[in-house]
Amino acid sequence: MNACVLNPHSILGGNHLFRFIYEGVGQMLPCWMAYVVAGAAIMLILINAVLLGAAIVSWGERRLLGRFQNRVGPNRWGPFGALQPIADLTKLLTKEDIVPYGADRIAFTIVPVLMVASLLVGAAVIPFAKDVALVDLNVGVLFILAVSSLTTIAIFTAGWASNNRYALFGAGRAVAVLLSYEVPVVLSVLGVVLVAGSMSLGDIVVAQAVPFFLVQPLAFFVFVAGMSAELNRTPFDVAEAESEIIAGYHTEYSGIKFALIQAAEFGGALVVSGLIATLFLAGWAGPVADWLGWLWFLIKTFIGIFLFVWIRSTYPRLRLDQIMAVCWKFLMPLSIINLIAVTLEVFFLRDAHGVLTTADLWIMAGINIVIAAVSIAVFGQLIRQQVRNSSQTAPASRLVVSGVSTIEVSQGQG
Amino acid sequence: MLTALSGADLAQRLRDTLPDAVLDWNDSAVWVAPDSISAVAGALRDNPELDFQFLNAVSAVDFVAHFELVYHLTSISKRHTAVVRSRVYGREEPTAPSVVGVWRGADFQEREIWDLMGIRFTGHPNMKRIMLWEGFDGHPLRKDFL
Amino acid sequence: MTIRTEPMTVNVGPQHPSTHGVFRVRITFDGEDIVEVEPVLGYLHRGTEKLAEERNYVQIVTLTDRLDYTSSMINNQAYCLAVEQLLGIEPPPRAKYLRTLTAELQRIASHLIAVGFFVQELGAFGTPLMYTFRSRERILDLFEMLCGARITVSYMRPGGVFADAPDDFWPALDQFLNDFEGELAELEDLLLNNEILMVRTRGVSPLPPDVAINCSVSGPVLRASGVNWDWRKMAPYDAYDQVDFDVPIGSSGDNYDRFWVRVQEVRQSLRIVRQCIEQIEPGPARLELPLVLRAAPGAEAYGRVEASKGELGFFLVSDGGISPYRCKIRSPSLINLTITEHLLIGWKLADMIVSLGSVDINMGEVDR
Repeated sequence: MNACVLNPHSILGGNHLFRFIYEGVGQMLPCWMAYVVAGAAIMLILINAVLLGAAIVSWGERRLLGRFQNRVGPNRWGPFGALQPIADLTKLLTKEDIVPYGADRIAFTIVPVLMVASLLVGAAVIPFAKDVALVDLNVGVLFILAVSSLTTIAIFTAGWASNNRYALFGAGRAVAVLLSYEVPVVLSVLGVVLVAGSMSLGDIVVAQAVPFFLVQPLAFFVFVAGMSAELNRTPFDVAEAESEIIAGYHTEYSGIKFALIQAAEFGGALVVSGLIATLFLAGWAGPVADWLGWLWFLIKTFIGIFLFVWIRSTYPRLRLDQIMAVCWKFLMPLSIINLIAVTLEVFFLRDAHGVLTTADLWIMAGINIVIAAVSIAVFGQLIRQQVRNSSQTAPASRLVVSGVSTIEVSQGQG
Repeated sequence: MLTALSGADLAQRLRDTLPDAVLDWNDSAVWVAPDSISAVAGALRDNPELDFQFLNAVSAVDFVAHFELVYHLTSISKRHTAVVRSRVYGREEPTAPSVVGVWRGADFQEREIWDLMGIRFTGHPNMKRIMLWEGFDGHPLRKDFL
Repeated sequence: MTIRTEPMTVNVGPQHPSTHGVFRVRITFDGEDIVEVEPVLGYLHRGTEKLAEERNYVQIVTLTDRLDYTSSMINNQAYCLAVEQLLGIEPPPRAKYLRTLTAELQRIASHLIAVGFFVQELGAFGTPLMYTFRSRERILDLFEMLCGARITVSYMRPGGVFADAPDDFWPALDQFLNDFEGELAELEDLLLNNEILMVRTRGVSPLPPDVAINCSVSGPVLRASGVNWDWRKMAPYDAYDQVDFDVPIGSSGDNYDRFWVRVQEVRQSLRIVRQCIEQIEPGPARLELPLVLRAAPGAEAYGRVEASKGELGFFLVSDGGISPYRCKIRSPSLINLTITEHLLIGWKLADMIVSLGSVDINMGEVDR
């Protein structure tokens, strides 16, 4: 028994769940096997949680979209249609697994796996409740940003391997968008890290005596906008713009591969919402956080998801060049302003030990809300003018009572 | 309100510029020689009195003995309409000059006439079949197509 | 530094979510920029003109339903006007009003589809489309009360309409008009000043008036280019000379103007419908005509209406038989496609879809 006690430097040592399973199994199994079993068990829990969560998100999104659009949404299978994802999955599993002629079979097949894998690995560091994360990495933020960038590679591989020109268009667009939006997203997260004083997601939650969406509204705004671009959701969904390039990079995918890509997409929404909850909405913190932390975390996550669905059902899509303009000329300056403001505030407000008190956070919130309002207004106006100028503003149309007015047509010959 | 130019009126004005083109006329239409269609079209469009800038429709009718091309025209500034017609003879490979150079709106309609009625338009930039596929045997709107 | 690029040819369609049916354009792209465009048609060709030569004058009405299936009432109207012109008859006044009324309802329905899909193609995920379809459904329900069919109505006949409106049609129509007023205001509110929509459509693919006229473009596309030309005003048919309405005119002919003109036309159509309800008098709704109509040998007629897509014309030639000797259909969608190259070349892939949507073609009518 004693031989099996975890040493405190083990990666998973800080995880209550892991320790519980490990110690329970350790009663009857050799040490190394207990380690493997516990690890596998916790992986199973994680995979099921994320993929089942993705299924629930897909159902919830469709129901919500239905409500937004004056219709019902899936409601036939199970209570309120909640079993719809299972029906969908069954359908997709029974489909023929098609690899298009001329496609790079290996690259084509590896893409769905890569996408789901990057999603799951990213989900591992998010704390679901107090001290409950698969791994509480001390570089959690860095890790999750790095891992989520894997999706870019997967998407480009998908577009290239499909041997389809729409997929190639989608891949090209996706890479352009994802790489550009990485920059403001990282800069906005940097502000959060500065205030929290740690890159560990657990510590960031603890540091949020005042939720960071109040302390850094600008960073929150940039992060949500940037993430909706990274998730390929409207108004930034050029990579899979279904009215233009069919489905973008996953045009050629069918059957279980398509199911995995969809799972990665909805799971992506889930993980990003979880990240938003953790970074800006104080994660699991709330009343009785010791026992109900998971509930607060879920509620905050679903607030994020609702926000994404709401945006998706409301806005038309921007063009690729306009999306780039929004990124580099709007979100980028905003995130830099946020970073500078937060740096200065932290520099002047912190005490001798480099710690910020709750009062300090409220002061920062007050200052930053004003900065956010002003800079969003100013840069919003600037970007609006620029984009409008680029599309040569036309005079407003007019209503003419026909039969009275004369013809305004020039007599030009075509 | 719109007025319809009578064939006689139109023939009168056309004969000033193109004396050989006009063959016949009645109340509603004027018949022109098939070879001069594009010249007539140019005259109709560029004559400031007529100013037919808008081509409504190009139709072809198979009268078995001959084909007839019917051009419905409208002047947007002068607010009058006119009908110009032309008889095209021959069943093997009847041809007529294209008016695409004058009215680009005739583009698809002339291609359609070639496709379905089998009248080839010379001077059309893209004289291909439009509705049916290349290699289709015959021209379905002809009366002898069964 | 310039990067050397290689042009890429893409077949957009015939199966593509945004080509309004089986339309196909072969496009050569340089990156995302369009350098070459060639429309390829004929995937829905059914030979309507040939079929019409085999049927008698009343039977052809059902063929016209299937031309532009989003505005079958107006197709009926154009054909019936041509036949009436051929036979030299005139429908009774009540029929004229009923035709005007149903045609305007159909125009609203058709424009609602155009507007909804236009915004859908801009990338709004279904929401505006569902809002417009909500109103369109009610119009189709009204048509069902009139003639038992929703899409392929065949409501009009040479010499009038198929039957007078049932009594419960009028209160239902009133109810719809009152509701629709609010729904339209909501739609205008959501769409006309939407920032993203303006940024995506203002100044994109402008169509100068001289090009529009030279390409024989008609309907909302022509008016969006600033040409004041509406056949309902220029050559009024049915009851259009009795009603008062404005013609919305665009200024630059860009995508926004084409969209704007359609939204405004819906409002004007609403006005016409209200006036028709006020002015309509009791009376017969159909002329007593023989079952099989015959026109004089050699008679010809070109009947045209301002359909929702543009000028729809039927050129009928008679040889004295029971069916027309030749029935040429001047379809606005086909001829409006002439400007495809002008609209697309030089713009981007994303604009291409929107520009095609702003022309509002219907493949049933393009290929016939």
